Amino acid sequence: MATYLDFEKPIAELEARVAELRDTAAAGSLNIDAEVDKLEAKAEKLLRDTYGKLTPWQKTQVARHPERPHFKDYIAALINDFVPLAGDRAFADDQAIIGGLGTLSGRKVMVIGHEKGDDTASRIKHNFGMAKPEGYRKAIRLMQLADRFGIPVVTLVDTPGAFPGVQAEERGQAEAIARSTEECLALSVPIVAVIVGEGGSGGAIALAAANRVLMLEHSVYAVISPEGCASILWRTAEKAADAAEAMRVTADHLKELGVIDRIVAEPVGGAHRQREAAIATLGAAIGEELDRYAGMTGAQIRSERRQKFLSIA
Amino acid sequence: MSWLNRVRQSIPFLPKRETPDNLWHKCRECGTMVFTKEYQENLSVCPKCDHHGRIGPRARFEQIFDPGYSTLPQPQVREDPLKFRDSKKYTDRIKAARQSTGEQDALINASGTIEGERAVIGVQDFAFMGGSMGMGVGAAFVTGARAAIEARCPYIIFTAAGGARMQEGILSLMQMPKTTVAIAELKEAGLPYIVVLTDPTTGGVTASYAMLGDVQISEPGALIGFAGQRVIESTIREKLPEGFQRAEYLLDHGMVDMVVHRKDLRERLAKLVAYLTPQKAAA
Ligand SMILES: [Zn+2]
Repeated sequence: MATYLDFEKPIAELEARVAELRDTAAAGSLNIDAEVDKLEAKAEKLLRDTYGKLTPWQKTQVARHPERPHFKDYIAALINDFVPLAGDRAFADDQAIIGGLGTLSGRKVMVIGHEKGDDTASRIKHNFGMAKPEGYRKAIRLMQLADRFGIPVVTLVDTPGAFPGVQAEERGQAEAIARSTEECLALSVPIVAVIVGEGGSGGAIALAAANRVLMLEHSVYAVISPEGCASILWRTAEKAADAAEAMRVTADHLKELGVIDRIVAEPVGGAHRQREAAIATLGAAIGEELDRYAGMTGAQIRSERRQKFLSIA
Repeated sequence: MSWLNRVRQSIPFLPKRETPDNLWHKCRECGTMVFTKEYQENLSVCPKCDHHGRIGPRARFEQIFDPGYSTLPQPQVREDPLKFRDSKKYTDRIKAARQSTGEQDALINASGTIEGERAVIGVQDFAFMGGSMGMGVGAAFVTGARAAIEARCPYIIFTAAGGARMQEGILSLMQMPKTTVAIAELKEAGLPYIVVLTDPTTGGVTASYAMLGDVQISEPGALIGFAGQRVIESTIREKLPEGFQRAEYLLDHGMVDMVVHRKDLRERLAKLVAYLTPQKAAA
């Protein structure tokens, strides 16, 4: 059963009507094809119109959609012979960040990303994509490994933010994020980051200080969640929609600001409606980005990345 | 004669007219009333309970540097690129902060010597929009680090910030990698980067340049953390441990090298700078 967002109610009603007519037609011999076609066309148009002018707050809902493809879906569809690598060698294995070696259309890659989980049990296992210090330290370890063997790094970012907890603080959450960002910037292999859902603050930049930063069309990327921003500046989380608008969290604005390099289009109605198509499009885009670095030296690759962040102003 | 006396004599006394308001300082920690003059002579540390009060860049430079230091020019940055407004316009908030502090933004650099040892020091000003890190702070950090590279000396940063400046949206987040690149340049030049964490240092500032020091120092009692305490309490519904996210707690958990009283800071920094500054090439 598909999950509809609040603003998709008219679309849900039309689609339900189409399904109902189909059932009726299947049961009897009524010829209602014309009516179904008409309604389907109407639903399709409504979907296209709605998704063509999503507000920043609506995009935030889409980016958090429970059926939106997650890290594991991308790995399953895009990465051959994936070999997961676990642990930070100091404390634990944090399942909020997963990583490992694999090939993307024949290219060796180290893939690292946040996993949110997609049912209650797996959401708890992956802590809703909110990593702890050991998650960032695992990412650092994998990036260093990739660097030593000349393997490009691909990161998929999808997190509400780093986990705010007593033990996370105790083990140096801030230090782990700072070091992970530092490691991204130190690599002599290319690193391509994609914001595939939510790019939540420091928890995101720790994996996204990359040569190329891509964003799926309906993803969001921000310094603080709209709810968090609203509760501080407006003194109520209910102003989240205003905060999302004011912070410019959407891909088009971030591209204008020069913070991201490329927007990857999603199928009509969002990645969650046509998961396979969305995943395939992203796979092709990542491949193209990685190929830009063929023939560049490690020093050139690192220098390009550093210049990019120095010049964002 | 001693540096302390020199600091005592050089502290600018702001009050032109001594009103009861600014004649006395009330300690935020223990509530003790102290003569403002006496409080400032004590380096803005409460003589009763040792609480380290928040001080801005000018007072800090006076306390740490030898006489004759000079402040570096502030880099120019784009203002209010998002045309941000919440209950107030961001431009109005900046204007108010500039008026009340007399500074351009929340990070000021100066270059000079500490007991004869050359250093560039950057000080974040909590009084300027909570010390928040936006493009102005990021650009000033890069300026400070590069001035240190130019002078072949360490860069010392005194952090104080609630975090990133939300009114600059994603551009404030981008200051995390930007400042990290400046630190990498400094380290690759073979120069030390020293962090002094002061009260409070939280959020994106902690999760970037505040935690990347070759040596990490904290002032006593300073609040230092990534997530805010209220956020943590509401997320995990746990009671926060005694002294949680305070300097001493970070020392216990291996996150800083030392907690240093303000009266000993100058001497300690001078010693570290002397140890870590690269030897001059043999003539
Ligand atoms: Zn006191």
